Amino acid sequence: MDSTEAVYQGLKSAGINFIVSVPCINLGKLLEIIDNDDEIIHVPVTREEEGIGICAGAYFGGKKTAILMQNSGLGNCVNALGSLFQLYSLPLVMIMSHRGTEGEPIVGQVPMGKATPKVLEALELKYINPKTPEEAKKIIANSWKTSVEEKSPISILLDINYW
Amino acid sequence: MERFDGIKNIMEYINDEIIICNIGFPSRELYQIKDRAKNFYMLGSMGLASSIGLGLAMAKENNDENKKFSKLLKITDENKNNNNNNKNNCEKIIVFDGDGSVLMNMGSLVTIFNQSPKNLILIVFDNGCYGSTGNQCTYAENINLLEVAKGIGFENCYNCEDIDFGEILKKDQENSIFIHYKILPGNADSPVIDMSPDEIRDRFLDTIK
Repeated sequence: MDSTEAVYQGLKSAGINFIVSVPCINLGKLLEIIDNDDEIIHVPVTREEEGIGICAGAYFGGKKTAILMQNSGLGNCVNALGSLFQLYSLPLVMIMSHRGTEGEPIVGQVPMGKATPKVLEALELKYINPKTPEEAKKIIANSWKTSVEEKSPISILLDINYW
Repeated sequence: MERFDGIKNIMEYINDEIIICNIGFPSRELYQIKDRAKNFYMLGSMGLASSIGLGLAMAKENNDENKKFSKLLKITDENKNNNNNNKNNCEKIIVFDGDGSVLMNMGSLVTIFNQSPKNLILIVFDNGCYGSTGNQCTYAENINLLEVAKGIGFENCYNCEDIDFGEILKKDQENSIFIHYKILPGNADSPVIDMSPDEIRDRFLDTIK
């Protein structure tokens, strides 16, 4: 199964219909597919933190929300995850291209790559790290339901070798 | 005029509209002036009032479009031609923002302009300072946020002094509206909001469903 198609199908099965994004090279194909899906509202944002706020509002409006971003963007939305999503116990699916992992060619990606799981742990946010498209599809398909049940954002980290 | 009276002025016109209110004294003052289920009080995430408002406005607009579409299909199915309710009566979302918060999330203005839902009104209470942290000056003292909005491309952006807000509220919007409300620094002696985050969320969600 294609790595991008697996994420897309997972999001569709989960019922996600509102997505905000900041691009990553590894998410490029997925962003194109989402743009062509009339059932999904796609909002490109200027910064990840802004996207987190938009997702909160869209959830208030009844949408099932996800953010697509690079893990570097996690650093840009830490306060919003804590003082908006955890404070009000709101659900959100976070699909992150996890750069700075094994095989990373760009040295600048390494520090945040290493910090990403620890940042999520510090926030006490659940994350899953599927290694294959089959696994990713299954996990993402259940992610919204899990996030609603646990009243907390859930992260899917897709490292370089996943793609 | 300080923020308290500014909010009070706006609230004179508010009926069914949903309000997303900025963190700190703006929320406390609104809570004191007119607490209502359709107010969402932010207790954190400074800067994100306009983003929360945008997400909610887009979701509501889309829900309404979907409803209209299915209604239209029904009408076609039943061969009825009496569809005279075409008025855009989408529930409006009003954001109470501040100059310091807008400066913290300037990109939001760009995203709002590009998405431009027809049910969103952003009011920026601009007192040139971080009111909730001791009135330290913001750079908004030296720039004009209305000109910033114009520069981004907002077609409907107004100085609050120049408009009849009641008229703006009544109109069918063609895009999102930006209102610059210049006020003086100063906080009212408003009490802390005695609702938990869960209470704020549940009451708000129950009423806007």
